Parts: sequence; structure tokens; C-alpha cells
Amino acid sequence: MAVIEVANLHKRYGDHVAVDDVSFTVERGEIFGILGPNGAGKTTTVECVEGLRTPDSGSISVLGFDPRKDGLEVRRRVGVQLQKSELPEKMQVAEAMELYSSFYPNPADGGKLLDDLGLTSKRRTPFKKLSGGQQQRLAIALALVGNPEIAFLDELTTGLDPQARRDTWQLVEQIRDRGVTVVLVTHFMEEAERLCDRLALVDAGRVVALDTPAGLVSRVDGGLRLRFRASIQFDDRILTDLPEVTEVAHTTSQTVVTGHGNLLQAVSTTLAGRNVVPLDLRVEQTNLEDAFVALTGRRLAEES
Amino acid sequence: MSGFTQVMDKAQETSHTPAAVPGRGGNVLTGLRKLTGSEFRLMLRDPGLAFVMSIPVLLVVVFGSLPSTGSPSPDFGGRRFIDFYLPPIITMVIGMMALNALTSVLASYRERGILRRLAVTPVRPITLMIAQGLVNLASLTTVTAVVMAVAGFAFDVPMPRQFFGFVLAFFLCIVSMFAVGLLISAVAPTGKAANGIGTVAFFPLVFLAGVWTPGPLMPDVIRRVSDFSPLGAGSQAMQRAWDGSFPEPLHLIVLAVFTLVVGFIASRLFRWE
Repeated sequence: MAVIEVANLHKRYGDHVAVDDVSFTVERGEIFGILGPNGAGKTTTVECVEGLRTPDSGSISVLGFDPRKDGLEVRRRVGVQLQKSELPEKMQVAEAMELYSSFYPNPADGGKLLDDLGLTSKRRTPFKKLSGGQQQRLAIALALVGNPEIAFLDELTTGLDPQARRDTWQLVEQIRDRGVTVVLVTHFMEEAERLCDRLALVDAGRVVALDTPAGLVSRVDGGLRLRFRASIQFDDRILTDLPEVTEVAHTTSQTVVTGHGNLLQAVSTTLAGRNVVPLDLRVEQTNLEDAFVALTGRRLAEES
Repeated sequence: MSGFTQVMDKAQETSHTPAAVPGRGGNVLTGLRKLTGSEFRLMLRDPGLAFVMSIPVLLVVVFGSLPSTGSPSPDFGGRRFIDFYLPPIITMVIGMMALNALTSVLASYRERGILRRLAVTPVRPITLMIAQGLVNLASLTTVTAVVMAVAGFAFDVPMPRQFFGFVLAFFLCIVSMFAVGLLISAVAPTGKAANGIGTVAFFPLVFLAGVWTPGPLMPDVIRRVSDFSPLGAGSQAMQRAWDGSFPEPLHLIVLAVFTLVVGFIASRLFRWE
């Protein structure tokens, strides 16, 4: 059952088209990802869905409501973590929870939420004294305090260290496991691959593909990549002549062979026949990053 | 984080019960009580408040103690400077709160995304304005009471003889200046700009309120201009009430017009982000 339906969304700011033509549906209980480089229109899209912005054209339905006409009904049922939003500097953690829980007809237990997010010891800490990770966890707590049916998380882990990022991912899975639908906006390929049940690849204001992470990867031709250091020099043609190989490239120290099918066996057999030993051999699967490059001809954001 | 699932469990059980939804709900009053309490606490934590609050009391003490302003003078019809100086002092604090405190709070709330965050909850952003208004009203009432108490006990300055007229003038002066503060917050591109505009607007407005030329000292020409400024009209209306008459309708009308017209323009121009 679809909880969000977006059709032909279009939004421009002056001459700049932020969202050109975006359509997707989100099913109840899934983690739906919106993945794309910075400036692709991801945030504008979710802000239209949240009712913060008015689209120029297209239709949006959230839990059966139009976010512009029935904004209040939508806002009571969704929880939002905004990309750039803070709290007053001197507001304490527990005060923020108490305040935000008073906004909803059926709030969750704020103290328990803080406990589960590891913020109990920070209850009396003012917002500006929290670390980036703590502020982010508080933002998640505030997004959940109204008992939402849908949680929107926008660039949730940007600016977090790797450990905090992984902790946050675990948290997002726990949210989903309890039946809350999660819409996750991100430009981290790894995050989308790890968390999302389905995801929309967005580039230049358009959805270029919409599938499961595995489905997106399988669309890319040449599913395998071999990296190794050759023990002795060899002629590339012995590999490019193989039907499994699509490309052979060299970095300063490594040979990179891309191909598909039974690539590993074909390459190692051929090399063994010429007495070439592939040292430090690694096999890499194509990932979402490759899928994105294949689908758009561009790279995703630089990974941090 | 292991207990997390239990909270969400409870969340799911209760979130879809229609009985918990009181009608359409979410009117302007949603969250107003908590927001007001929260804004009040935040204001008390602001060190600038103590400064704003102590200035008027200090002025009363200084002008009440100095021989030139604390003794009867023919310039004031045999009364004292201090007897005419409470309305300018009160309007000055109103000006400071509306033009500096309010504008910087709203500008920083906007710049830091606090207003946007509120806009995605069931609370209407206008509710935050009302909360701010209530907090300002409460603090101004407190400081005014302290000013009147100090002036009364230490320097024998009488209470306003037309007390209801005074309260009315005081209230209208606050809401009209609140509207001016909102307009500045609405048009200023940044918090710094808002504070700058507020400060620039502050001096002519308190001049017209008679901070430098209280009561009988104000030249007639300036008094004519003052009649049509929010702090001037407020100051004169309060002075009339002090002297025992109901404020002139002109002054009350000026304050009401400022409130409605400026308030309406501000509400049209105000941006939440």
C-alpha cells in the first residue's frame, strides 16, 4: 500500500529548475531512499512532500492527504529531520523533547526516546553544547516524538564520524522494524546501499532509475572488476582477446580488468599460461556508484 | 539503544486510534502554553535581559536623586522632572524590547532553521509570534511595575491617577511596537541587518517619546510629530493617564492604526526561512 504518491513534480526557482519531473511512490513500512549528487533536487522534492514548499506543477499525496490543502493532517502524521535546522542555543535536550511532544495529539515517551538514543546523560545540556552526532540524534528523537507514520530523514549522517554514522544506520533500521515508513535523502552511496529497500536515483531534477539497490546494480553491464599487481609485464591483448573481458586499464601499480561472466577464472587461467602471477588479487562487484555513473555519465558526490 | 523498539512498539499501538484526534485540532493554541513557557525560560537565560531590565530602574534612581531633576522646578509647573519622566522611560524599554530583543530572536530563529523546523510540526508558526508577544508583555509589565514601585517608594512619584487609561495606553503601545519589530524582522535580510535597522529606528522613536524632552519641555512642533509616532503617542497617552484624564483618542487611534496596518504588512512580508 502506497503511503506517498508523487507524480510529475516540477519546481523552479527563477530560471533554475530544481525539480524537473519527479514521480515515485513509497510503500508502507519500507525505507525508501532518494539518492543523488548535491544539487540534484532531492531536498526540494522532499520539502514539497512535507508541505514546506509549493510545487509549480505535479501532484503529491501523503497518507491520502494533499500536503498543501491538508497540511495539518500531514504534519500530525509525519516526523521530519531537516537538513539544516537547529534549536535555540540555550534550549536543553529534555526541554526540546517536552516542547515538541506537546505539539502532537499522541506523543511517544520522550524520556524513553532519549534513553534509546543515548542522550539521557545530556538531558540538561543546552543545544549548542552538544556534539554534531548528539545534535543529529536529538533531531531524530524530535522527528519521532510525535509517533509518526512516516519519518523523513534528510542527509542524516552528513558530518558524522564513521562510527556515529554506523550507529545512526542501525537506528534507522530499528525505526523501520517497528513499522514506521522511512524516507531517506542522501548522497552517500554506501548509506543507500546498506539501508534502503528501494531507492530513486535522482540527477538534475529527474528520477533516472527506481529500483532495489541490487536491481540497480544488476542493470549495469560488466558486473565484475579485478585488481592485481602483475609479477611480470605482459601484453594486454592476451586479456582483451578474452570474450569475458570488456576493458583492461592500468594504474601506477595495478592492472584493472573489467568484465562479466566467469571473469576470474578466464583471466587467471590465461595469466597462468603465460607465467604471470597476479599478486594482491581483489575481486570487486559493481556497486551503486558504478550504476550511477552508468546511468547518468556522472559521478555521485565525493565520498567523505 | 536496545530498548528503542519497545518505545516504537507503544508508538504504533497508539498512533492510529481516531479517538486521540480531537476534531481538526491544530489551531493557533496548539503548543502555545509550552512554547510560551519555553520562550520565557530562554529569555531569562539571555544575559542581555538583565541589562535591558536594569536600565530603566537605574534611570529612575539617577533622575530621582539628582537635585536638578529630583526637586520642584518652575519649568515643570512646580513639579519635578522625575514626575514627568516615567512615561518616556517605560516607552524606551518597550522600544528596546521590540526593536532589539524581538528582532534578534526572530532573525536568529529564521537563520538557524528553527522556524522551518516548527513549520513541519502541527504548530502554526504564528503561535510562536503569540508566545513571543506574551513573553514580551510579561517582562515589560514586570519591569514597569518595578519602575513604578521604585519611583513611588523612593521618590514619591504618584501612581497613574487614571489607572485603566494607563493600562490601555501601555498595552496598545506594546502591541504597536511589536508590529514595528515584526516588520523590521520581515524586511531585514539577516539578523545583523535587523539589529542595525532596529537600533537606527530606536533613537528617533525614543526622541519622539520625550526621553530628552519629557512633558512640558517638548517643543510644540515636535509634539505634533510625536502624536503620530508609536512611542510618542504611547508616552503622551500614558502621561495623560498619570495626570488623571483618560488618554486622548488621537493617541489611542494612532497606536491602534500602527498595530493593524504595520502588523498586517509585516504578516504579509514575513518569511519563515
